[in-house]
Amino acid sequence: MADSMKVRATAKDGMAEVKVLITHPMEPGNRKDQKTGKDIESHFIQEISFAVNGKSALTGQLSGGVSKNPYLYFQLPAKAGDTLNVAWLDNKGEKDSIDVPVQ
Amino acid sequence: MKTDNQRRVFLRGSLAAGSLGVALGSGLLPRTLLADWNKDAFGAKAMDDALKGLLGGNALEESAAITVTAPEIAENGAVVPVKVETTLAAESITILAPNNPVPLICSFTLGEGSKGFASTRIKMGKTGDVVAVVKSGGKLYSAKKNVKVTIGGCGG
Repeated sequence: MADSMKVRATAKDGMAEVKVLITHPMEPGNRKDQKTGKDIESHFIQEISFAVNGKSALTGQLSGGVSKNPYLYFQLPAKAGDTLNVAWLDNKGEKDSIDVPVQ
Repeated sequence: MKTDNQRRVFLRGSLAAGSLGVALGSGLLPRTLLADWNKDAFGAKAMDDALKGLLGGNALEESAAITVTAPEIAENGAVVPVKVETTLAAESITILAPNNPVPLICSFTLGEGSKGFASTRIKMGKTGDVVAVVKSGGKLYSAKKNVKVTIGGCGG
């Protein structure tokens, strides 16, 4: 699942505005395929983490109630030049991780 | 035969990578992803049960120090932008939609220095409240915003 994430971290007023867009179906598992009538298997991100220079800044737990291709926006303690790591893990064990510099 | 062999090797590799123990051991996965997703809380059909399972209690105190921003009317329930801000010293921010089949949508635990702020997009099955619960000093505070949904975003 490489390149599943677009991350922008911008230093502002002593914090960093962190915006993340993840390409993921976020399938909650309660829908049926309209053509075949079969249940669509659940497939959604369950955990996400943010770390600044290796130190955890925020962790999240998600359900399939988060929209497809999740967008997340937080304000984390970081300054320009810091390294932000964002990582996620889904219910099928798929995962991705990315390091971006704070600008 | 050759192709098949490669496939076996590939499958073995992905199995190993999929095993969290291995991934943790080799440092592939950040420490903070512990695969400790709260199955009971996310499986709960009622908001009270979900809160109890996740935060250890469901006694909520309404607070003016929490602002929930969401549209009055959501034409598409599959994508409802929600923003939660609080001036409380927040330990965690949880977003719920009590009328959804799975009320618990997401919960964020804030590390030291992170602002009491969370913004995302959620699905809503039908018209109802978006509830934000903020844990601060061991107590639970909440605020809500009603959203009218014209086309539901759950099931189909």
